[in-house]
Amino acid sequence: MKLTTLLMSATAMTVAGSAIAEEMTIVSWGGAYSNSQLKAYHEPYSEKTGVTIINDDSSAEAVAKLRAMNEAGNVTWDVVDVVAADAIRLCDEGLALEIDADTQLAAAPDGTPASEDFGDLIVSDCFIPQIVYSTTFGYRTDMVPDGVEPPSEICSVFDLETYPGKRALEKRPINNMEWALLCDGVAKEDVYDVLETEEGQDQALAKLDTIKGDVIWWSAGADTPQLLADGEIFMGSTYNGRLFSVIEEQNQPVAIMWDAQVFDLDGWIIPTGLSPEREARALDYIMFATDTQRLADQAKYISYGPARLSSAPLVGTHAELGIEMAPHMPTDPANAANTFLYNYEFWADYRDDIDAKFQAWLAQ
Amino acid sequence: MTTPISRKPLSMVVPTVAVAGAFLGLFVGTANGSGLMGVVIGAALMGALAFALTTLWGNESASRWSVVALLGALGFLLGSIPGLILGLLAGWFFGWFIFWLFEGRYRGHLQPYLTSGQVFWHYAFRVICGAIFVFLITPILVVIPLSFNAQDFFTFTPEMLRFDPAGYSLKHYEDFFTNNEWQRSFQNSLIIAPIATLISVSLGTLAAIGLSQSHVPGKRAIMAMLISPMIVPLIISATGMFFFYSQIGNFLEGTVGMSKNLVGYIKVILAHAVLGVPFVIITVTATLVGFDRSLTRAAANMGADPVTTFFKVQMPLILPGVISGGLFAFITSFDEVVVVLFVGSASQKTLPWQMFTGLREQISPTILAVATILVVISIALLTTIELLRRRSERLRGMSPA
Repeated sequence: MKLTTLLMSATAMTVAGSAIAEEMTIVSWGGAYSNSQLKAYHEPYSEKTGVTIINDDSSAEAVAKLRAMNEAGNVTWDVVDVVAADAIRLCDEGLALEIDADTQLAAAPDGTPASEDFGDLIVSDCFIPQIVYSTTFGYRTDMVPDGVEPPSEICSVFDLETYPGKRALEKRPINNMEWALLCDGVAKEDVYDVLETEEGQDQALAKLDTIKGDVIWWSAGADTPQLLADGEIFMGSTYNGRLFSVIEEQNQPVAIMWDAQVFDLDGWIIPTGLSPEREARALDYIMFATDTQRLADQAKYISYGPARLSSAPLVGTHAELGIEMAPHMPTDPANAANTFLYNYEFWADYRDDIDAKFQAWLAQ
Repeated sequence: MTTPISRKPLSMVVPTVAVAGAFLGLFVGTANGSGLMGVVIGAALMGALAFALTTLWGNESASRWSVVALLGALGFLLGSIPGLILGLLAGWFFGWFIFWLFEGRYRGHLQPYLTSGQVFWHYAFRVICGAIFVFLITPILVVIPLSFNAQDFFTFTPEMLRFDPAGYSLKHYEDFFTNNEWQRSFQNSLIIAPIATLISVSLGTLAAIGLSQSHVPGKRAIMAMLISPMIVPLIISATGMFFFYSQIGNFLEGTVGMSKNLVGYIKVILAHAVLGVPFVIITVTATLVGFDRSLTRAAANMGADPVTTFFKVQMPLILPGVISGGLFAFITSFDEVVVVLFVGSASQKTLPWQMFTGLREQISPTILAVATILVVISIALLTTIELLRRRSERLRGMSPA
């Protein structure tokens, strides 16, 4: 009897309690990245509005989960952090809300409308750009053979003679196919023309074949840093922010090889099917979290470039280490001497075919 | 019982010691780059050692100490301090092992009439059992030192291997106790698991008692249905539950007007209760087999109504089954990650969920710290229950001691 009373009063308290505190669920990638968002966006926003923000580290399966939620008519997410390619897919399927940059996003401090401030980075009507990140290689400085220059160009990934040791590559064709072609004598501007053809795809796979025995395939962003820290691999591709954390925050003997880094975008979408008040709150959050100062603030915690032009001059020093962040940004001129921009259109058209081919090749 | 022992021929001692040496060499060699070389060197070294100590020297205690010193020194050369410790342990073992075989002591406590094959199997069986224990326990033990890593990786750093205090830290424990995400998920687990357990124990016990009555029609079919959550692959149940509970959730939120958060808890708790019920039914049914039905009739005869009979007579007797069923239900809910990922939303994030996403997105030793804490809690829980059980047995005079 007593227990029942207790449970009922507890329930009543929960109901009452949750009616007061507003909550919103924000989905992101976890790790150091979520942490940077927590510090730069969530905490100031909670302070300003009193809304409690709950983190859900589910961005990796955002597309599948949003589809399921939509089908079940029960969308529990308010704002979702996705890569641009996923945002394009979600937008096409009607699962993400279309945003009018100029009215629904904050203008730059000097009055430049958001659509100009973000510029080309608004790759979809539903996508609110947040950061520019790159996929690039890190290598163990203590495993460079004696008398050899440290690797400085992309083709050293395929050069097992000069740089022996295992490599970590992502378990998907994107980026790997491009790098393989570049190092097989294809000019940078021709890479996607070649990759469109069957022969071109075979050529890339044949080049990857030359190092296949020495490759460890990764699927989560945390894999390569762990493998580098273990000394299990000589070099591996991963996101540049993860490498920054390994080098500067964890003091591992690792360095970045920026050559042929591939730029990609990450940003917010708001799911469709929210109740009007939740949608209004999500829009309010987006307006706050993607203004010039907030985007520049995020760069204090992680080495990803802010997506607004107007944020770049405001990027300062790391919040804890006190080091200048600008030279660690993938967009820094010294790092960006030779870069690739993720080709959304190409991969939207060819991803399924090349994926199948790549997986079949992996299984051989 | 003692069997007279006698010295054994070298043709048996040396190869056996060499095999053990090869086994040790396999691990040492693998750690140093070549397993095959390790096997060869280990076998040769240990075989030669066995031969030399037993035939040439013969002074047992001096020989044993010299093996300890030799392997300790080798271990130190290969792996500094941890190597030294492992080397000393290996030396102690081999010193003992060589003379144990050579003097024939291994037959000492066995029946004299056993054949060599039976003696061999007697010890092989123990080795196999030991190996099973090693495979069960080592993965759990490895986690514990790694959780004190001063770095943010799942790696034994050189500082840790040198036992340098700078290589160790409590920062991952601190992270667990101060990080909001971990605290929230820990609290959620502590809310969800007990309530789900309470529901599954009540429903499961009632179901088991009902199904043990002789007059219930279609007993087997009902039983099969109740147990089905245990048999259907979890991922399938979870997918089904996702759509089923979404509708219920929409109804509770939209029509009844409950808050989103509360509805989320209700969904996860109900889903976990469903998963826990089969365990309770099975354990309680098993206990009911030994329950004497005439006791309930006697109680009824003395004027007790069925409810009183249940609480005063039946429940105390089947309590062990109920408790162990409840324990299984609790662990099921506490460990469960698939269903909660589908049914729950982030506000109901439980500890396994947080560990799962943490492992995928950021390999942080905080997960290991949490795992260590959970291992300690589980051991404490099981020890307490075992002690309570012994105490109640002693009080009831059931224990032969």
